[in-house]
Amino acid sequence: MTDTARQQLISRPFDPFDFMARYGTLIALALLILFNFAFTRNFATMQTLNVNLTQVCTIVIVAVGMTLVIATGGIDLSVGSLMAISGALAPMIFLGKIVPIGNVALAVAAAMIIAVGVAGLFGLFNGWLIARFRIQPIVATLILFIAGRGIAQVLTNGNLQTFRVPQFQWIGLGRLFGIPVQVVLMVLLVIAAAWMLKRTVFGRQIIAVGGNERAAELSGIAVSRVKLVVYTISGLCAGIAGLVVIAINSSSDANLVGMGMELDAIAAVAVGGTLLSGGKATIIGTLLGAMTIQLVRYTLLANGVPDAAALVVKAGIIVLAVWIQQQGRRT
Amino acid sequence: MILRLASALIGRWLFFGISIAMPEPSDAFRIGFAMNTDNLLSMTAIDKRFAGIPALSGASFAVGRGEVHALIGQNGAGKSTLIKVLTGYYKRDAGEVVFDGKPFEVSSPQQAQASGISTIYQEINLVPYRSITENICLGREARRCGLLDWKRMHQEAEALLQRFNVRADVRRPLMEFNTATQQMVAIARAIGFSAKLVIMDEPTSSLDEREVAVLFNVIRQLKQEGVSVVFVSHKLDELYEVCDRVTIMRDGRTVKTAAMNEIDKIGLVSAMLGRAIERAEGHATAFSDRDEKKIGKVLLSAENLAINQIVQDVSFNVRSGEIAGFAGLLGAGRTETARLVFGIDRPRAGTMIFNGQTFDPNKPSDAIAAGMGFCTEDRKSEGIVPDMSVAENMMLALMPKLSKSGVIDEKAQRDIVERFIRQLGIKCSGPDQKVRELSGGNQQKVLLGRWLAMNPRLLILDEPTRGIDVGAKAEIQALIKTLADQGLAVLMISSELEEVIEGADRVFVLREGISVAEFDRDEATEDAVMSAMAHGSAPTVAGAAP
Repeated sequence: MTDTARQQLISRPFDPFDFMARYGTLIALALLILFNFAFTRNFATMQTLNVNLTQVCTIVIVAVGMTLVIATGGIDLSVGSLMAISGALAPMIFLGKIVPIGNVALAVAAAMIIAVGVAGLFGLFNGWLIARFRIQPIVATLILFIAGRGIAQVLTNGNLQTFRVPQFQWIGLGRLFGIPVQVVLMVLLVIAAAWMLKRTVFGRQIIAVGGNERAAELSGIAVSRVKLVVYTISGLCAGIAGLVVIAINSSSDANLVGMGMELDAIAAVAVGGTLLSGGKATIIGTLLGAMTIQLVRYTLLANGVPDAAALVVKAGIIVLAVWIQQQGRRT
Repeated sequence: MILRLASALIGRWLFFGISIAMPEPSDAFRIGFAMNTDNLLSMTAIDKRFAGIPALSGASFAVGRGEVHALIGQNGAGKSTLIKVLTGYYKRDAGEVVFDGKPFEVSSPQQAQASGISTIYQEINLVPYRSITENICLGREARRCGLLDWKRMHQEAEALLQRFNVRADVRRPLMEFNTATQQMVAIARAIGFSAKLVIMDEPTSSLDEREVAVLFNVIRQLKQEGVSVVFVSHKLDELYEVCDRVTIMRDGRTVKTAAMNEIDKIGLVSAMLGRAIERAEGHATAFSDRDEKKIGKVLLSAENLAINQIVQDVSFNVRSGEIAGFAGLLGAGRTETARLVFGIDRPRAGTMIFNGQTFDPNKPSDAIAAGMGFCTEDRKSEGIVPDMSVAENMMLALMPKLSKSGVIDEKAQRDIVERFIRQLGIKCSGPDQKVRELSGGNQQKVLLGRWLAMNPRLLILDEPTRGIDVGAKAEIQALIKTLADQGLAVLMISSELEEVIEGADRVFVLREGISVAEFDRDEATEDAVMSAMAHGSAPTVAGAAP
């Protein structure tokens, strides 16, 4: 019987939706690149590649954490605000506004670790609200979505912090073997998260919690701990992204850092093929999703379409991606 | 969202490695049927394939006006697919459907309902916080000048319920009413005023006897009004109570249609399985007599467990190598007691001793660590992770033990999964097939595999054969017996009396949250157990009645 079943699996007729759900993002990305090769001037240059990669980096870093959160069936609206907190805190530390630190390297290291750590703690707080009190994730993370930016503004008295600290800005402007540091950071995070999701017990438990929380609990999985950890990871990712953004800008404005980032990250996750209801996730998909959205925006801008119109196209892509996903699940 | 059970697998029926050849269905009957012009519905030569695998091949099905027609078959035989083709949920690949004298083409359940075909599913899909009226009129609200016409809706809801002899204040929230009334509301909502054909997909699986009786009255009422009913059920006894004819499906084909009074239970079962079975005569279950000598010492004992009204005072014990059965009506506290043992809920009072030590689990992982497994009664919402593969589902509990510093040992995992797929006879295309694509019986086996892989000392089985076809049921029962023979302690909850009586070495009867009786294998007769379930004690004991 297994032989017959196997033969039939091989001769399975082509299902366009299933195919699109699986490879749609990749194909869209490839088509976009081909289109640009043909029509966009100066597309095939290292500079274009750099511009696009550096712009997509922060979204991908945040979206990696978001993918894990969404895989458990949750969502994290606070990531943009956590970026602002991390972005406000780091300069205060390395500029010595809290405690003067003589050694620049030490100050920068402390700034990075503390800023990212604090963002992680706020993520843990999200997870605690969700796991301990069973508050819906969208409501629980809305708290820091609103309050987080407020905290960042209070920290800085609403002032713009500007700085010129190459040791710190290395994370946003430096290069490693000719590759921008933040791109290296992004690639490392993507690989680590993808490996974790596929090969580790914790990764499997994330998917199980999103796929059927009660079944996961009855199988002995510590559901609360899984949630605490994914929201913490999401907070840490947001913290890192916050540092990258202020390093590129040489300044930190609590009003602007990470503004709208939660929606960009969710869009990247959705376009990448992760189920928004949880239980199925792909980190590589998220990477491709973010790059697709970025490249669409670039393509439109490079060909003279205003940014406002590009937003509409971006929305269109998200709708298309979600529609294809649903069709793929139907049969 | 309704989970879809893929019924895609075909092939020979494997019964613990022995394959039995099936006779081919007769073509003569298939052709003879579609010709009948008195039929309200006739489906002829329906084909449906999923991803190339046939789920229906040449299925034909006809229902007369005012007829109650049973549709039975094993899981994966194609019943659900046939119904979903009829209601427009799936599009058929070939064949024709004639309904009410006209060719019938619908592309959604809503359209089917508008044309007069209503479906009642196993689960009650209602909104508990809203009133009965809102539940009944949901999606077809009466309007006047663009506003809701509450007066008319209340009247309609009342009239509809009266048709089924239910009197209730339709303005009250649904959750204030008992399950029987809620069930009636669900039925009323589904049937509405315009249904010509009502499909009931295992309507009795979550009802107790009284509710079943009410449902059967509804069916008789519908029949009197000339409404046809398609009745899908795994419980053969019920069919004789309400059905006029029966159609039996096997491997995507309709293999037999007969009047209920011309076919006996053995005939039904052998048509479903495609072979003659001797077992159906002597034993109704696959639990043959067990050798009591193999039973060891007490592994788990529980004294005076209580949480609330549902579990008030329950004491029982299970020995190694023994199958202990919990019998009782719905709401007797059987599942709730099992949840206390497994650490899902915390008892308010009572003590447990497991393996010689005080046992007080905080959470399921405590019970698992102590060596317990728990197969839930609600496979879909508490058991399987539908989008995960067979392998991932089966390894869900074992996974942490099978890993090196958090990294899964893929090879060890695959070996175990493949072994259990073979041992349990799970019909799937391989370890990587999604578990939601399997039939109910195979999903249950995957869950059994999840716990057996842990090598437990005590396995709690809550309704292990609910919603599973006869063949898979026998396999699972035989498997439970084998496991007990190997020394596993089994605590089995079942609402099927014969399963408990024939399967269990000892039967504990629960009634309204109290363990009222304990029977050894030879004392556990149907009469004695039923009497304890109903009255709280054996009829001879004094003081049972006021």
